Amino acid sequence: MKAINEAVLTFLSRSANEGFARTTAACFAAQLDPTLEEVNDIKTAVSEAVTNCIVHAYPDRLGTITMRLRLFEDNILELQIRDKGVGIPDVEQARRPMYTTGGEERSGMGFTIMESFMDVVRVRSSPGKGTAVTMRRKISRRMGGG
Amino acid sequence: MAVMCRAEGRTLYAALEGEVDHHRARGILAELDRQMDAARPLQVTLDLGGVTFMDSSGIAILLRLHRRTVQWAGMLRVIHVPEQAGKVLRAAGLERLITFE
Repeated sequence: MKAINEAVLTFLSRSANEGFARTTAACFAAQLDPTLEEVNDIKTAVSEAVTNCIVHAYPDRLGTITMRLRLFEDNILELQIRDKGVGIPDVEQARRPMYTTGGEERSGMGFTIMESFMDVVRVRSSPGKGTAVTMRRKISRRMGGG
Repeated sequence: MAVMCRAEGRTLYAALEGEVDHHRARGILAELDRQMDAARPLQVTLDLGGVTFMDSSGIAILLRLHRRTVQWAGMLRVIHVPEQAGKVLRAAGLERLITFE
């Protein structure tokens, strides 16, 4: 499937960039004329994926996070967030609700939120090499919209 | 300031404002802990009316506040939950544990 539009940006794994990443994704999605709820869902899912990179992929150093945003036919938005960090040894376990290695500041609900708010969530990870989370969401066509 | 608190006897009112994400969670948790230690409240009201965005960091904050409140048999109620934050909290099933008004 060929993307109609695409944007890629790379930023440091500083927590101050969480807000920057979700706002940027929302701006890119704006060309699909999403509802406020859809915009909020996209922002929330991006926030979870980027936070995972900052907390888990680079636990004791700064690294880079790359966010690729793509649009496909049928109003499909794809968000890919990838890092070159430590990787996830057991993806199935990491996706389980309430599972976290992040201490009391984390709830272990990040993947659950991504799965609830997006249509598709795919996780590919190689220990020592990094993780890529790819999410898709079909944006509704509003009456009178083009 | 992300947290505004007012304590009266063993009643604590805390209002969160702005974006509640991992970037701000540590500061919010520290301030709530400080207020809880000082007041040891039996009644805690958390006002989310000023929250403009919340991700799962908010779930961790609410769970910690709940755990600390029930430690000394107190009550926690959460008021003025915005739609976006409510959707996140419901996805985690928090309405089964905490009273939202």
